[in-house]
Amino acid sequence: MGEVELKQENIVYAKSKLMLDNVMHYCPGCSHGTVHKLIAEVIEEMGLQSKTIGISPVGCAVFAYNYIDIDWAEAAHGRACAVATAIKRLHPDKMVFTYQGDGDLSAIGTCETIHAAARGENIVAIYINNAIYGMTGGQMAPTTLLGMKTATTPYGRDPRLNGYPYKIADMLAHLDGVCYITRQSVHTPANVRKCKRAIRKAFENSLAGKGFSMVEVVSTCNSGWKMSPVQANEWLEQNMLPFYPLGDVKDI
Amino acid sequence: MAEKEVKLMKGNEVIAHAAIRYGCDGYFGYPITPQSEVMETLMELKPWETTGMVVLQAESEIASVNMLYGGAATGKRVMTSSSSPGVSLMSEGMSYLAGAELPCLIVNCQRGGPGLGTIQPSQGDYFQACKGGAHGDFHLIVLAPNSVQEMHDFVADAFDLAFKYRNPAMILADGAIGQMMEKVTLSPQRPRRTEAEIEEECKSWAIFGKTPDRPRNVVTSLELRSEEMEKINLRLQAKYKAMEENEVRYEAIECDDADYVIVAFGSSARICSATVELARNEGLKVGLLRPITLYPFPTKVIAELATRVKGFLSAELNAGQMVQDVKLAVNGAVPVEHYGRQGGSLFTPDEVLQALKDKIINRG
Repeated sequence: MGEVELKQENIVYAKSKLMLDNVMHYCPGCSHGTVHKLIAEVIEEMGLQSKTIGISPVGCAVFAYNYIDIDWAEAAHGRACAVATAIKRLHPDKMVFTYQGDGDLSAIGTCETIHAAARGENIVAIYINNAIYGMTGGQMAPTTLLGMKTATTPYGRDPRLNGYPYKIADMLAHLDGVCYITRQSVHTPANVRKCKRAIRKAFENSLAGKGFSMVEVVSTCNSGWKMSPVQANEWLEQNMLPFYPLGDVKDI
Repeated sequence: MAEKEVKLMKGNEVIAHAAIRYGCDGYFGYPITPQSEVMETLMELKPWETTGMVVLQAESEIASVNMLYGGAATGKRVMTSSSSPGVSLMSEGMSYLAGAELPCLIVNCQRGGPGLGTIQPSQGDYFQACKGGAHGDFHLIVLAPNSVQEMHDFVADAFDLAFKYRNPAMILADGAIGQMMEKVTLSPQRPRRTEAEIEEECKSWAIFGKTPDRPRNVVTSLELRSEEMEKINLRLQAKYKAMEENEVRYEAIECDDADYVIVAFGSSARICSATVELARNEGLKVGLLRPITLYPFPTKVIAELATRVKGFLSAELNAGQMVQDVKLAVNGAVPVEHYGRQGGSLFTPDEVLQALKDKIINRG
């Protein structure tokens, strides 16, 4: 094949200009890269680069700041919503979002998450729920399903020993300060597109001053789950989605 | 613009007035005795209607210190206040603030510990304030006020030092200074810095939203490559060294001809200034060295005094904490002893003088 001239009118898809060229540290098959891409696209399409401040968590996404070309603050484990609260209060014109995993947002950071939501802070939380602590090597998270094997539940999560998983999205939906809670996934192209629409809606809510929004993304951790990427997507559909059903939990 | 005003106020109330008048951008706090008047006064003064200062009651000290992290990351002048158990909850955040080199102000109005302890005054958090108090090699800049006026003045001084060195600063007060009422001269209202001024001052590191004219800014304390992390540590240590060279503050009372020197800070120093008078009335040549900056500590001036006095008494409202720094400075040249009360009890000037006689002057 000879050289093909790249014409603007022929381009049907391009990488977001806000996605940096740094090589991603995420495992092949992990959902983080897809969600990063969606966030970058939404920020670019909404023209918000100079207004957006991201808060990265502790966990696999600690290096989110290496991939999206916006200003970032890296928070202590679980504290992203407190960090975001102050930034938004001091800069009401900015678009402030947190990017947190299930250990960060719904274990160690539960208090900061719930109170930011209860106060109705005009921030967006992107919540990656893969039911496991990925970075530290696959330990049980609060979201780990019953029976699921992890590094700290090697015989499967037993509620008598390890307690039950919980859905923080459903808890947050009860709070008056919350305007939008949705649960999405990125395990099929159709779900990727839906997830992007949800992220955009959350950002629009924040700009409109409607209160706290959270987009939960039910995600895969194929390394932690010890599966191939394809197996992980299937496992997500068969096991995660029955417990974490997709769709809007609250939308006002 | 308010002119200079002289008022009778509690130390904690003054912190609130001084913060507003300094042009502080945000206060994030959680109630705890004996410092709750700071946030109560701020809420009563409603600075968001005048200077535009944000005041927010957080759900915990963990949240408030992380709000400080967020606010400071944008180059704003932000502060919190608490008392000992609450400051312990902030210690993780203080390490992150120091690691990310974020300037901010934390006021600790100390009470007696350990644990829930008492709500009475104490100086039991000297180690926590001056020796890091959390993980990793770092220092806070620590200022110790001994009067309501200094509570006022040190708000501005602490913010100035914090921004000069991009490092968190602490006012280490105690329940006595926070609760007592004294005459105070309030400074005139300064305008808060404009967004343009903050961007100009902090554009190399703070986050305001990335614009095309600069690379993105990332506020973080993370660096997984050990050789790079070591460089960061060395840079931090060089900064602390510069503080030790340039920012030491102390007050020396009757030290010039002294045979014996009491070292005391904050409310203890206030008590010990009366001890000096009592001693001088008895013909004893006693001086008082009051460290104003606890970090950086006045090591050199104490070492110099050690060449010409016969002994030191470190008088503290604790079991003996600052005395370790006095001993390091004196380095064995002359005797150094500690005298203290604990659990929220204060000592009297007479008790300190008696301790000086028993432990130093009349020692065998």
